[in-house]
Amino acid sequence: MVPVSYYLALAAILFALGALGVLIRRNAIIIFMSIELMLNAANLLFVAFARSFESLDGQIYVFFVIAVAAAEVAVGLALIVTIFRTKHSIDIDELSSMKG
Amino acid sequence: MEFFNSADLLHALPLIFLMSWATILLLVAAFARAASERIMPALAAAGLLLTGYFAARQFGNPASAFNGMFAADGFSAFITLLLVLSGLLAIALSSDYLKRMSLNRPEYYVLMLFSITGMMLMASAADLIVVFLALELLSIPLYVLAAFAQPEPRSEEAGLKYFLLGAFASGFLLFGIALVYGATATTSLTGIFIAAQSGLEQPLYLLIGAALILVGLAFKVAAVPFHMWTPDVYEGSPTSVTAFMAAGAKIGGFAALIRIFIVALPSISEQIVPVLWALTALTLIGGNLLAIAQNNVKRMLAYSSISHAGFLLMALVVYGQDAARFDVVASALFYLLAFIITSSGSWGVVIALEKQAGKGLEFSDYAGLGRTQPVLALAMAVFMLSFTGVPPTLGFAGKFYLFRAVLEGEYVGLAILGMLASLISAYYYLRLIVVMYMQTGNPKIHSERWLNLTTVGAAIGVVVLFFASEPLFDLAALALLHVN
Repeated sequence: MVPVSYYLALAAILFALGALGVLIRRNAIIIFMSIELMLNAANLLFVAFARSFESLDGQIYVFFVIAVAAAEVAVGLALIVTIFRTKHSIDIDELSSMKG
Repeated sequence: MEFFNSADLLHALPLIFLMSWATILLLVAAFARAASERIMPALAAAGLLLTGYFAARQFGNPASAFNGMFAADGFSAFITLLLVLSGLLAIALSSDYLKRMSLNRPEYYVLMLFSITGMMLMASAADLIVVFLALELLSIPLYVLAAFAQPEPRSEEAGLKYFLLGAFASGFLLFGIALVYGATATTSLTGIFIAAQSGLEQPLYLLIGAALILVGLAFKVAAVPFHMWTPDVYEGSPTSVTAFMAAGAKIGGFAALIRIFIVALPSISEQIVPVLWALTALTLIGGNLLAIAQNNVKRMLAYSSISHAGFLLMALVVYGQDAARFDVVASALFYLLAFIITSSGSWGVVIALEKQAGKGLEFSDYAGLGRTQPVLALAMAVFMLSFTGVPPTLGFAGKFYLFRAVLEGEYVGLAILGMLASLISAYYYLRLIVVMYMQTGNPKIHSERWLNLTTVGAAIGVVVLFFASEPLFDLAALALLHVN
């Protein structure tokens, strides 16, 4: 069996990639995809730990997380579409009408 | 194994009731649109009142339900009552404002009720995965509410910013939960406590996990350095939404922080307290210094709400000490009560002065308010004094109990820092009073029945409740956490 630390390393790398993506990319959709990557890194960790503990809890949590992520997608994409309609752009650097 | 029984449903009654009520209201909004625009505020308020009644009946008999995933104790009942209060104040502030800004769509109240359910669940969650679900239930309706004034670009922008940073923060929270699960093989708060007591194979996982959970929730309560979204979101959202967000989201976030740290993580308090200390110090200093530079009242109140998150975090720093622990919970709850009333009232004044398209929000727009609108100006002055912590206001009592708890925990440095922060904050709160009373101008205000009632009522409450602060604090002290 692959040791759980391998999964942990992979999940940590995916999580870091996701976090980096949020910080450096400027397109709202790409940022959103990076956030999904972070959530899925956590999912991977849940499944890996659940397998090593031989318990089902962690695997069930993944379903919760997937459901929540789907709800977030619905709201997030709706927000992005509304922004696109007013600004004709989803570049977050252009979202700077408020300062201070 | 039994999944749940009728006793479980009874313990979760306030939550289940409000969720069903909100769902029914959503159907009412869909099928009786014209009528619901008029009656929706009243229906939403009635639902909240009934929820408050059910929660009050639970006071004093702690129980845990749904296989230990849900706690119904004094703490959750008290938080529910606070949420009902802040929800009612928010509805009263919203109803006329929405009509004036032509935003009167009945979904608004339904989203608000859904969000309040999430906040209630935050206080009752006895399992980390429930905390995650509650946080999302709290946040997703708020993202929509922040963008409710679309196609107004600033509101859309606020919604998207809040959404992206909120989802980013829940990523941290979830990864932290996964690591804690990896360390302890459980996500139940008491289970984590027991596992940590009996020694862990990988104590580092627990530590990193706890830190990530702290980051995720610090975003929600807007602690520095995780506060970047706050001023923009507070400024861009419709003001009635901001008023609700400032009070409600803060209650939910702190309820979860307090329960997680006190119930599950006392064993790592030695390592986590210095982090909390630094977070508190940054929030107190950062929030107050940034508020000084603001000329927009909405932004100033946003930074002020950051600094109040700092004061509430002060209570959390003391969490590891058994002796001070219960005073800490009580003082945090009392401070939340003072903050809700003061903050809702001050947003009421902002709403009264706001004009279309984000006008009427600068400090200079308040010039001369003391002469032309003495009642409103006096109310605003009371709120500013309460924010600063000047007697005889509820804000003073809140700070008094908080500093007392911090001193009992022997964090003298932190108490001094809090005093300094209060001093700095006096500058920008008093500046508004000076502008209102000593500069000349002719501000136009909107005089609306519920708005006036809420603002004046909150101002009277802030002063009158100060004289009842002793019994109120005793009530908060009864709101014990059900530990193990």
